[in-house]
Amino acid sequence: MIRMEYYLIVSTIMMFVGIYGFLTRRNLLAMLISVELILNSVDINFVVFNRFLFPEQLEGFFFSLFAIGISAAETAVAIAIIINIYRNMRNIQVKNLDKMKW
Amino acid sequence: MEHTILILLLPFLSFILIGLLGTRLKPTAAGAIGTVVTAIVAVLSYWTAFAYFGAGRDAGTGLFPTLMPWNAVWLPFGGDLHIDMGILLDPISVMMLIVISTVSLMVHIYSFGYMKGERGFQRYYAFLSLFTMSMLGLVVATNIFQMYVFWELVGVSSYLLIGFYYTKKEAIAASKKAFIVTRFADLGFLIGILIYGFYTGTFSFTPDAPALGAAKAMLPLALGLMFVGGAGKSAMFPLHIWLPDAMEGPTPVSALIHAATMVVAGVYLVARMFPLFIGFAPEVLHVTAYVGAFTALYAAIVACVQSDIKRVLAFSTISQIGFMIVALGVCTSADPHQGGLGYMASMFHLFTHAMFKALLFLGAGCIIHAVHSNEMSAMGGLRKYMPLTHVTFLVACLAIAGIWPLSGFFSKDEILAACFSFSPVMGWVMTFIAGLTAFYMFRLYFNIFWGNENKELHAEHRPHEAPLTMTVPLVFLAAVTLFAGWIPFGEFISSDGQAYHIHIDWKVATISLCVAAAGIALATWMYMREDRKVADGLAARFSGLHKAAYHRFYIDEIYQFITHRIIFACISAPVAWFDRHVVDGFFNMLASVTQKVSWGIRNMQSGYVQRYGIWFLGGALGLTVILLLI
Repeated sequence: MIRMEYYLIVSTIMMFVGIYGFLTRRNLLAMLISVELILNSVDINFVVFNRFLFPEQLEGFFFSLFAIGISAAETAVAIAIIINIYRNMRNIQVKNLDKMKW
Repeated sequence: MEHTILILLLPFLSFILIGLLGTRLKPTAAGAIGTVVTAIVAVLSYWTAFAYFGAGRDAGTGLFPTLMPWNAVWLPFGGDLHIDMGILLDPISVMMLIVISTVSLMVHIYSFGYMKGERGFQRYYAFLSLFTMSMLGLVVATNIFQMYVFWELVGVSSYLLIGFYYTKKEAIAASKKAFIVTRFADLGFLIGILIYGFYTGTFSFTPDAPALGAAKAMLPLALGLMFVGGAGKSAMFPLHIWLPDAMEGPTPVSALIHAATMVVAGVYLVARMFPLFIGFAPEVLHVTAYVGAFTALYAAIVACVQSDIKRVLAFSTISQIGFMIVALGVCTSADPHQGGLGYMASMFHLFTHAMFKALLFLGAGCIIHAVHSNEMSAMGGLRKYMPLTHVTFLVACLAIAGIWPLSGFFSKDEILAACFSFSPVMGWVMTFIAGLTAFYMFRLYFNIFWGNENKELHAEHRPHEAPLTMTVPLVFLAAVTLFAGWIPFGEFISSDGQAYHIHIDWKVATISLCVAAAGIALATWMYMREDRKVADGLAARFSGLHKAAYHRFYIDEIYQFITHRIIFACISAPVAWFDRHVVDGFFNMLASVTQKVSWGIRNMQSGYVQRYGIWFLGGALGLTVILLLI
C-alpha cells in the first residue's frame, strides 16, 4: 500500500517545479508547460484526497476531470495567443514582451 | 396688432443674415438689407402707432388700453413666478417705437455715406440691426425681466459698436469702459429685480394689490436699485464716465445709441415703473430728481469748455437726460394737474431730444467727414462750405436751447413748469442749466461755423458738403424738430393716462426764453468774432476752474485712483497673491507629490509577466504565512 504522503510529496515537487519553470523559463511555450505541471499537481491532490479521505464519494474525481477539460481549453487559448505574438514579434521570448504595462 | 412681432423679428433676421454672410455679401447689399428692413420696421411702427392711437380711448376708463398682442411663458420658476416674453403696447412703448425706428432708419441711411469704404461695413450694419432689435425689444417688454434681457443685449451691441474700430486703442478702452461701468450698474438693477420678484411674486410691471401690499416695505429698496441700473445706462453722475469716451465709436452710432435711444433707457425704465414709484416710493423718486439735477448741472458746466465737438454733444446729452430724470423725479402725484406734470414733460422731452440730438450728432458727423478732425481748432467758418449742414445744425441748436417755436421749447417749458411747481429752487437751478445749455450749444455752433477759420487746413483740404445720403436724414430730422413741438403730446401720454391738454405757462416760458436768449447772446459776443479775446481772457482769469472743467472735474482720475490705487492695490493684489500662491500652490503641491510617488513606484509595473508572477507568488506566500501565524 502506497501511503498518501508519497503522493503528496510527488505533487508538491511537481507544483514547485512548475512554479520555478514559470518564473525562470524564457520561452513562452516552456512557461505554458510549467503551468500545465502546476495544474496536474493540483489534479493529483484532488484525486488523492478523494481516494484516501472520502472513498465513498466522487466529487474529487469529477473535479479533476473538470480541471483537465478546462486546462485543455486554456492551453488552446494560450497557444493561440502565443502564435499571434509570434506573428507580430517574430519570436516568443518573454523578455521582449513588456508591452503589458500599456 | 399681431404684426408687431415683425417689428422685433425682422431686425433680428437681418442681423443673422448680414452677420452670417459677412464679407460674402457686398457692402452695398448688406447696407441695403439693413436699411430696407429698418424702413419696413419704421413703417410698421408708424402703422402700429396710427392704429393704436386711432382706436381711441376706452369709453369706460378714458384710458388708452394696454395691449399684449404676444405673450408667452419663457422660463417658469414654479409657483406663480415665471418670466414671459412678449410685446406690450401702451402709450409710452408706442411712442418709443416711433422714436427708435425713426432715428434708426435715419442712421441707417446716413451710414451709407458716412461709413462708405470702411473696412467691416457689413459687420457695422449687422450690429446696427442687432441694436435696433434689442432696443425695440426693451421698450415693448411685457415684464421687468424681459426688459432686463434686452437691456443687456442693448449693452452688448453698444459695446460692439463703440469698439467698431477695433484696431484703435482708444476705441477698445472706451468700449470696455462702457461695458464695465454699465455692467456694474446693472448689478444693482438685477438685485432690484430679484427683490421685486421675490416679494411681489411676479415680474409684471403691474402686480395686483395684495402682492403690492405684501411687498410694500421692500419696494423702495427694489425701485432704488433699479434706478441704479437706469442711472448707469443713462449716464447719471457718478456713472456717467463711460458716455464721453463712447464717442470713439462711429458718429452715426453715437447719434443712434449714445444720444437718441439707448441712453434714455434709464428714463424709460423710471417712466415704466412710475406708478410704483409714485405709489410706494415717492422719496426715492425725489432722490432721482436730485441726482438728475446735479448731473445736468455738472455736465452743462463741463460741456462749456470741451474742445472736441463730439464730447460737447456727449456732455450735452448727459445734461439733457438729467432734465428728463428731473422731470420724472419732481412728480408728487399721478395727476398731471396736481404735480404729475413731469411725467408727460419727461416723455415729451425724450421724444423731442431724440430727434434734435440725433440731428446734432449727424450734423457733427458731416463736419467730421469734411474736416477729418473732431477738434474745434480744425473748424471755424464752415458755413461757407457746408450750407445745408449749417442750417440744420442751427435748427437743432435753437431747439436744444429752447427757442420758440422749435420742439425743444415746448418740452423744456413743461419740464421747467414741473420743476417750479415742485420747488422754486429746483425751478431756478434748472432754468440756469437751460441757460448754460443755450450758451454751450452756441459756443459749439459759432466755433464750428463762424469764428476764427483754420485757413491753412482748409486751403490744403477744402471742406465740402456731405453726399445726399447724409444730408437727407439731416433735412428730415430738422423738419421733425421744427414741427414736433406742435404735437399735442399730452393727449397721448400723461401720468394718469387721461388726456391732458398742454397749456404753456407763459411766466415760466418767458423766463426760460430770456435765459436762453441771454446764453445765446453771450456766446455770440464771445465766439462769433474772429479774435477770441474775451473767451481766452476768461479762461486765463479762471484758469483753475477752466482746467478742472476741461478735465471733467477729474472724475475719471478719481475713478482711476480708486480702482487702481485702492481696489487693485489693496484688495485685488493680495487676493491674487493668495490665489496664486496658496490656493494654486496647494493644488500644485498635491500634483507634484503624486507625480513623485508615481515615479517612485512605476518600476513595479514593468510589463514582464514573470515579474508579476513573482509578486503574485510572494503575495500568496505572505498571505499563507500570515494565516498560519494567526
